[in-house]
Amino acid sequence: MTADILVECAHITCAYDSTVAVRDAHVTVYRGDFVGVVGPSGSGKSTLLKAILGAVTPVSGHVTKKPGLRMGYVPQVESVDWNFPVTVLEVVVMTRTAGRFFPRITAGEREAALDVLNRLGLAGLESRHIRELSGGQQQRVFVARALFHRPELLVLDEPTSGVDVRTRHEVLHLLADLHDGGMSIVLTTHDLNGLAAHLPRLVCMNTDITADGPPLQVLNSGVLERTYGAPMEVLIHGGMPVVLDQGNNDIVRRLGGIS
Amino acid sequence: MVAAGIFEPFGYQFFNNGLVVATVAGALCGLLGVFVVLRGMSYIGHGLSHAVFGGAAASAVMQLNYFVGAGIWGIASGIIIGRIARRRLIGADAAIGVVTTASFALGLALLNRYGQAKKSIEAVLFGSVLGVETVDIVAVSLVAVCAAVVIFGLYRHFLYATFDPEVAQTSGVRVAWVEALLMALLSLTILVTMRVIGTLLISALLVIPASSARMMTNSFSRMLLVSPLIGAASAAVGMYLSYHLDTSSSATIILVGTAVFVSVYAFTGIRGRSRIAHLHHV
Repeated sequence: MTADILVECAHITCAYDSTVAVRDAHVTVYRGDFVGVVGPSGSGKSTLLKAILGAVTPVSGHVTKKPGLRMGYVPQVESVDWNFPVTVLEVVVMTRTAGRFFPRITAGEREAALDVLNRLGLAGLESRHIRELSGGQQQRVFVARALFHRPELLVLDEPTSGVDVRTRHEVLHLLADLHDGGMSIVLTTHDLNGLAAHLPRLVCMNTDITADGPPLQVLNSGVLERTYGAPMEVLIHGGMPVVLDQGNNDIVRRLGGIS
Repeated sequence: MVAAGIFEPFGYQFFNNGLVVATVAGALCGLLGVFVVLRGMSYIGHGLSHAVFGGAAASAVMQLNYFVGAGIWGIASGIIIGRIARRRLIGADAAIGVVTTASFALGLALLNRYGQAKKSIEAVLFGSVLGVETVDIVAVSLVAVCAAVVIFGLYRHFLYATFDPEVAQTSGVRVAWVEALLMALLSLTILVTMRVIGTLLISALLVIPASSARMMTNSFSRMLLVSPLIGAASAAVGMYLSYHLDTSSSATIILVGTAVFVSVYAFTGIRGRSRIAHLHHV
């Protein structure tokens, strides 16, 4: 394993009971990577993330991590209980459980948490309940929680799922800033045009890995049909690939939207 | 004359014993109730108390010590419910329904078959605050201290595992252990407070103070302090009123708790009601 490799999934297969979620996947995450994992629902994207995080053990193959690698995980905001009685500051520091007893937040923890919140544009919101924030701020609170441990690799599950266009832009800019600052990032997404096409590297999967490379290389009709099982057309607009769902065109035509 | 009437109950040892045990039981139920309410497990308190009833009935019939027989029974029921619910094949409510109603039915069958145990079984069903013994005071106090030390001592583990179990797991928190510990504490709480409050009303004392506290604060740590305070105050005031009104002490405690809930509900306005509306199964 070279010094630039953070995580190497070597031909891993992951299964839940008798259902195979990831089959013979070989993915390497290098320092400085910004990787998007794309594929349809149930294609094993989240399972691959969990295998990288160590939350799922492969039934075959193995995951090797750089010794002492620190990872931060940002879950889907849709999975968060927004009514839970917890403030922004409590969310950020709750992950520091080792050797911490009693509810008191130490002065050092508070300072470190406020520093992270400040860097993410959340200064002054530390005492707010998480429900009292905008969509973009809510997403950033969970990124702040992941960054609190000063991770080398940030792992995000569907960071733009269920958010509006403005929030999606905010998240994308935030991740680009973090990447510019040296952070390595792996994320899953359903959003081919809004997010995936902007990333430097994509891993396409549908239980198997169907392609791995830059968007201009992997976002083509053949790969997308193998990945999604549906015909898709790819146009190049402003130097970027734009994916068109041909199935949608047929429906629009049938409904009279295209003359 | 009036003053003498006000202080009259404090002249009786049985009342003072009952007051102490009810107050500590109220605080204990308020503390555990925070997790019951936030995890949407209010039905678990109801179910576990019914499950422990089976153990209590079996202990009475077999002339075993109540705490030993019902305790083992309750902890076993709690762990079985937790295991079934975690598999997610059937919901937690259904798991509780199966385990606890079977246990309750067994208790009733024992009651029918061995009529001489009827009196102690009725005490477990309806509670007998005024008949508490020293062993009850010691048991409730021990469990209360133990629960407070564990929950506040491992505060962040409990917070993380309750708020975000999946991510907590990936961060190295032993979520299954935290949940097992919580179920064990809940079972012990029900075990030691059941003879005081009674099987039929204990789930209310687990849910009402925590629900009131939720409307009053948006902070988990403050909720963990406010809920036991409401539970303890409701129990103490309820005990005192029950003496003067000549009503069932456990029922009066629950009614005082309900009055607190209604008052908080009215005074916290839409924001408080919105918080409570989003809690599951309350």
